[in-house]
Amino acid sequence: MARRIKPTERPVEPLLWLLFSGGGVAAALFAPILLFLLGVAIPLGWIDPPGHADVLALARNPLTRLVVFGVCVLSLAHWAHRFRYTLYDGLQLKHSLINLACYGGALLGSALAAVVLLML
Amino acid sequence: MTDHLVRDAGERAPLYRPHVSRLWWVHRRSYRLFVLRELSSVFVAWFVVFLLLFLRAVGQDDAAYQRFLDWAANPFVIAVNVVALAFVLLHAVTWFNLAPQAMVVRLRGRRIPPRMIMLSQYAAWVAVSAVVAWLLVGR
Amino acid sequence: MADRITLEVTRYQPELSTAPEVESYEVPLRPEWTVLDGLNYIKDQHDGTLSYRWSCRMGICGSCGMSVNGDPKLTCGTFLSGYAPGPIRVAPLANFPVIRDLIVDISDFLKKLVRVTPWISRPDERPVSEREYLQTPAEMEEYQQFSMCINCMLCYSACPIYALDPEFIGPAAIALAQRYNLDSRDAGAHLRLDVLNTPDGVWACTFVGECTTACPKDVDPAAAIQRYKLTAAMESVKGFLLPRGAR
Repeated sequence: MARRIKPTERPVEPLLWLLFSGGGVAAALFAPILLFLLGVAIPLGWIDPPGHADVLALARNPLTRLVVFGVCVLSLAHWAHRFRYTLYDGLQLKHSLINLACYGGALLGSALAAVVLLML
Repeated sequence: MTDHLVRDAGERAPLYRPHVSRLWWVHRRSYRLFVLRELSSVFVAWFVVFLLLFLRAVGQDDAAYQRFLDWAANPFVIAVNVVALAFVLLHAVTWFNLAPQAMVVRLRGRRIPPRMIMLSQYAAWVAVSAVVAWLLVGR
Repeated sequence: MADRITLEVTRYQPELSTAPEVESYEVPLRPEWTVLDGLNYIKDQHDGTLSYRWSCRMGICGSCGMSVNGDPKLTCGTFLSGYAPGPIRVAPLANFPVIRDLIVDISDFLKKLVRVTPWISRPDERPVSEREYLQTPAEMEEYQQFSMCINCMLCYSACPIYALDPEFIGPAAIALAQRYNLDSRDAGAHLRLDVLNTPDGVWACTFVGECTTACPKDVDPAAAIQRYKLTAAMESVKGFLLPRGAR
């Protein structure tokens, strides 16, 4: 019989899933409205863009920065985990390089988010 | 427990193992929807990138902010964002619809009916969207 | 409604050929007949060598699972009239090796079932003299849905993950593990955790949900799996945060 992997030896999967789930909620709640406003309504002229001073003040607010950071990190974790599994389910691709690219990409994106938010 | 058939002379009858097509998900509507749902994660990542590009422009100066708005108004960028919006909507709807199946929530010992879980998620979605919209463009 | 319908049945006779072939048979289209009745008619009137499993013909034994027009179905509960004018493709259950004709090898599932400790497991077995274990209706409701599984394997046949990765422990095994985890009389959750909290346990599942769609007994294995992911994740978090002694 193959050696069974004890949970404590591979605690990574459950934690990745928790991040994926949190990201699913965060993305579901925030992505539609933000993409609608910033990506469609304002560019198409349906709504006037906020003034630079106003949006800068909003972005600099510590609560805004915290929430935006959380949403970005969780959403990237959501993408990384789901995309890794999609490559396996859809194209039957499984490789540690894929895991590295996905989770590494999410970490990199999170770092970039931190930099952008700190430099506001 | 054997996983082969042993015949009288100890000969094994060959099991036929059908081959799984690489495009297994093309052939069934529910599988296609599943793959579309999974691909929505790419547009969730795009959402993060776009949001960070926006915030970076905001953080620089008014000229950079205007350049971002002009870039966002480029028809190609708008097209990408329309597609992205469709996919993140697909993500949100499938996520909220599947959540009641994935969890049992109890309040004071009684199980909350799945419909209530779904309604409260959609209510939260509307509330968050309203707050974000108000903060960004409503003032 | 016409009075006959064609069944295109997959035949695999390893002593005659190395690959399956499809053969067409015409059967009467009676309103109360199921696909199983059609197969019995074929075996009776057309070709006695046709081999397939069936038993109760009322949806409780789980023997007669087959692929009907690409969908995993219990043939005893699938009416011919629902597919009129036909033809109807009848093939062996997908994702399993085929032994002969419509008979598949389900030994893989049977091995996996044993691994999830599918019985009430307690360190302190009470002697019969101490009477029964008592359970309230509310306690029974917790696991009752998952106890409805008849091991028919339609969920494995519908699951694309199982198709790609035969090591995946699969929907029914996890649903049955949950049936015991959620049973107030059971104390064996830690045994099942070791088996399920693995990459080929619950973590291979990506919530396609086809297992629940295919299930003829409303077990909802997808729900069992997702709920267990949360349970297993909480256990792992506890494993991180609490020292060994406290667990």
